[in-house]
Amino acid sequence: MPLILIALLPFLGAVLPALMIRAGRTASAWSAGAVTLAALTGILAHAPAVLRGEIIFYQLDWVPILGLNANFMLDGLGLLFSLLILGIGLLIIIYARFYLDRDDPMGQFYCYLLLFQGAMLGIVLSDNILLLIVFWELTSLSSFLLIGYWKHLPEGRQGARMALTVTGMGGLALIGGMLLLGDIAGSHDLSVILQSRDVIQASPLYVPALILILIGVFTKSAQFPFHFWLPQAMAAPTPVSAYLHSATMVKAGLFLMARLWPVLSGTPEWFYIVATTGLITMLTGAIGALFKNDLKALLAYSTVSQLGLITMLLGFGTKMAAVVAVFHILNHATFKAALFLTAGIIDHEAGTRDIRRLGGLRHLMPLTFLIGTLAAFSMAGVPFLNGFLSKEMMLEEAAHTVWAGSHLFIPVLVTLGSLVSAAYSFRFIAHVFLGPRRSDYPHRPHDPGFGLWAAPALLVALVVLIGVLPALIAGPLVAITSSAVTGGDLPYFSLRIWHGVTPALGMSLIALVGGAVLLAAFVPLDRLRASLPQDTAKAIFDGLIAVAVRLARGLTAGLHNGVMSRYALAFALTVLTAAIFAWATGAAGPATRALTPVPPLPLIGWVLLVAATVTIVLTHHNRLLALILIGIAGLIVSVTFVYFSAPDLALTQATVEVVTIILLLLALNFLPRGSPREGSTARHVRDALIAIAVGAGAAALTFVVQTTDFAFDPISAYHLANSKTGGGGYNVVNVILVDFRGFDTYGEIIVLGIAALVIHALAESLLESPVGARLARRAPDKGESGDPHPLLMVVATRVIMPIALLVGVFIFLRGHNAPGGGFIAGLIVAIALLMQYMASGYDWAVSRQRFPYHGLIAIGILTATLTGVASWIAGYPFLTSSYGYFTIAPLETFELATAMGFDLGVFLCVLGAVMLALDTISRLAHRAGERPSPYAMDVDPSRPQSAQRV
Amino acid sequence: MEMLYSSAVGILTAAGLYLVLRRRTFPVILGLSLLTYAVNLFLFASGRLMENLPPVLGQGATAYTDPLPQALVLTAIVISFGMTAVIVILALGSYLTSDSDSIDLPPGDGDAE
Repeated sequence: MPLILIALLPFLGAVLPALMIRAGRTASAWSAGAVTLAALTGILAHAPAVLRGEIIFYQLDWVPILGLNANFMLDGLGLLFSLLILGIGLLIIIYARFYLDRDDPMGQFYCYLLLFQGAMLGIVLSDNILLLIVFWELTSLSSFLLIGYWKHLPEGRQGARMALTVTGMGGLALIGGMLLLGDIAGSHDLSVILQSRDVIQASPLYVPALILILIGVFTKSAQFPFHFWLPQAMAAPTPVSAYLHSATMVKAGLFLMARLWPVLSGTPEWFYIVATTGLITMLTGAIGALFKNDLKALLAYSTVSQLGLITMLLGFGTKMAAVVAVFHILNHATFKAALFLTAGIIDHEAGTRDIRRLGGLRHLMPLTFLIGTLAAFSMAGVPFLNGFLSKEMMLEEAAHTVWAGSHLFIPVLVTLGSLVSAAYSFRFIAHVFLGPRRSDYPHRPHDPGFGLWAAPALLVALVVLIGVLPALIAGPLVAITSSAVTGGDLPYFSLRIWHGVTPALGMSLIALVGGAVLLAAFVPLDRLRASLPQDTAKAIFDGLIAVAVRLARGLTAGLHNGVMSRYALAFALTVLTAAIFAWATGAAGPATRALTPVPPLPLIGWVLLVAATVTIVLTHHNRLLALILIGIAGLIVSVTFVYFSAPDLALTQATVEVVTIILLLLALNFLPRGSPREGSTARHVRDALIAIAVGAGAAALTFVVQTTDFAFDPISAYHLANSKTGGGGYNVVNVILVDFRGFDTYGEIIVLGIAALVIHALAESLLESPVGARLARRAPDKGESGDPHPLLMVVATRVIMPIALLVGVFIFLRGHNAPGGGFIAGLIVAIALLMQYMASGYDWAVSRQRFPYHGLIAIGILTATLTGVASWIAGYPFLTSSYGYFTIAPLETFELATAMGFDLGVFLCVLGAVMLALDTISRLAHRAGERPSPYAMDVDPSRPQSAQRV
Repeated sequence: MEMLYSSAVGILTAAGLYLVLRRRTFPVILGLSLLTYAVNLFLFASGRLMENLPPVLGQGATAYTDPLPQALVLTAIVISFGMTAVIVILALGSYLTSDSDSIDLPPGDGDAE
């Protein structure tokens, strides 16, 4: 199975459980399990090759120009993590089937889980750091959904939000760091970056890149001081915690550190930042864990501590330490997942996970006791369990690590950390399972069914097996993973229980014994801790968020207060300032074009335009008058286009003008007929001054453009030269629209269609709201004219209709070679139809309208799309056009171009959009109860007057 | 001629902007229409003004009008109709629901809370 398919499988499969939930919860779980199993099989099929030392690649160019390629790679490190992600994922899926309540939406749960799984898998299989970032962000998002799965719990929502905020912010830093890294190495492919250690470490950008990447990594892996989100995320259902916080999400940070270990590690910066952070995290986490009364909180803090331990090992920068880190990643995943699942079982069966209410469960839940104890012992570092082995090796590494000249600093603190770890592990056992049996458990505790204990039991079996036979079970995997981390040759290491009497053994003993002693002194210690301030991290975080929210609110209230005219003013002033700035700092080219004289005709047009415009401004309080005047202005604009040899534009402008005026007339039907005079004189003067300034700027700019030549040769020459030969049309404007820039036009007709649909949707919701009822009752506010549908007009429009349609067809057909085309034809036909509406009334027109206008839009866009797609079939890029000449007997030879099909789409879409918009708005005006007159064209004086009125 | 054309663009812009700064929906819509004229005329003129040149390829002609700005403006005109129509329905909706055609919300109405 190619790697890309494995990585995408969980995403593709995520929809399955969501669908299968209709067939029942078990079916949903099965489908999720099947998807995971399929991906796992795919990985396992590659495993033998990887264990032989091969690296599997899969390469696919995605956006090569950005260096973003869908390159995947499976090496030892990827293999270990894939196995953890999919293997533990499978166990979690089984467990969750039995853990979740009947009321929990299980389909959703599995869907989110698979999305998360896919994102994690993507991270560990990526061979491109940009791709890795994409998956990295996806883990943040999908984990947000998982942590907040119980939407009804406020702490669930808060925890999810906090996790998203912290890891999301870290993700931003990571993007910066990764881009820097890619920049230094000259490639975004990991396999290239991993070869560029010397270049990277010599670069002045190494430290910034390192710090940014580490911020991303530390937030994800809950390292101090970003560790606080992890305990808050424990509001998630236990299977989620087990999955995210033992094997996957928090390990993503460790994975990335291990992945980039060959190029980033080995410098003092790396050692001091990473090792020290790890050490501090290990200690804070351990101390935090010891005093938590919530089982899951205890485990969460212990996870923080263990992650710190692994981070510290990676920070040491020696190959041996990296081997130990890899081994501990594996071990921690097994025992911690088992512990979380155990905690879930206890919560499920005993009804609480509060340690203070538990104890004595060993008699009631012997199986759970066995599983939990073994896993906790492993965490404490008790011999014959896997935790002991890696912890022992860790102590060995720590024993000879020098920190700032001190030989004792790290060994002592690490021993202390292990000691506290042992203490909280023992507490997990002692305070939950040991002690006297109580009588006040919320539920009657008993061992769960097979479905719940199978997963942790399997994990604990691994814990024991690795603990007893480490070299056999885990040896090859650890070896191949470590060689992937360290980038080749490995130091000699052996995974075995007895290493002889070493300093590490002594430290181990101190830790175990000390841990037991510490637990014995738990009660007074707890009292001491209770007197100290606590939970400061969350308080700080909440405080920061509150400040951010206040700032955002202040900004919004100041800028976005609902006063539209202020926004418009701000916008105008900004444009003005920018223009003045550009004018003052830039330089226009020399005036190379001579001014042309003014013939009388344009002068008349100018006078008309200016008169109309100025009158609009002065008399805009009379809205109808202003509307008439704006029609004049529009007409002059069309005439201007005619004058300057742009017939296509003139036709378009004239037809659009007609529909726009009809539209505004319809609007005036509802709106008040006049605008009140409001606002102070000062305000008017201010607005006028701003408007005049902007107008002067626009005039000056236009003038400068007119009097200078092109700074660069325009590409129009290309269009002129190729219009006939390439596009088969003499009308270059139309060829540009349907061929050269066909894709733009395609987008534009879609926008137009969407605009019409928006209008329709808004009107629908208006009609369904109380406004609809009010509209239906609306009485005409002015006396209506005697005959709304004058006979003469009715007759004229109906006679004109076929002629208008014919003109439309003519304009459309000639469009490729003479002024015309789909846009103009669409508008002309729309006007022909609108005239029927106006003359004969809405009801009359609608009752003869058999095809919905939405359909017209859809068919138009579909036609345009199919024309474009057809060129794919012919093996050309989208919307490539071709043309040919045909002869049918009595006719002249004529041309057919595929662009015509596209233009037909444009025509239909424009027609549909214009008609839908106007039809919808006139529907608002149409009052309930109005009926089409049966006598629309029939005047009979003998009929009573009331029947004649339509 | 250039002077005439430029001043017309300037006057349309000024009038359009002044109307956009009014407080009622209808003048704002009219103002946007005027601004559209101004912008389209400006865009059109970026190909420089040409009189009596053939717009369509033909035999014998050596110079043509610049087709590119025309194609741009043509779609702009149609799109501007779509925009006007959307604004009109928004204006109608707000007037019919609130009985006021003011474009400004009353103070306190648009706050985040």
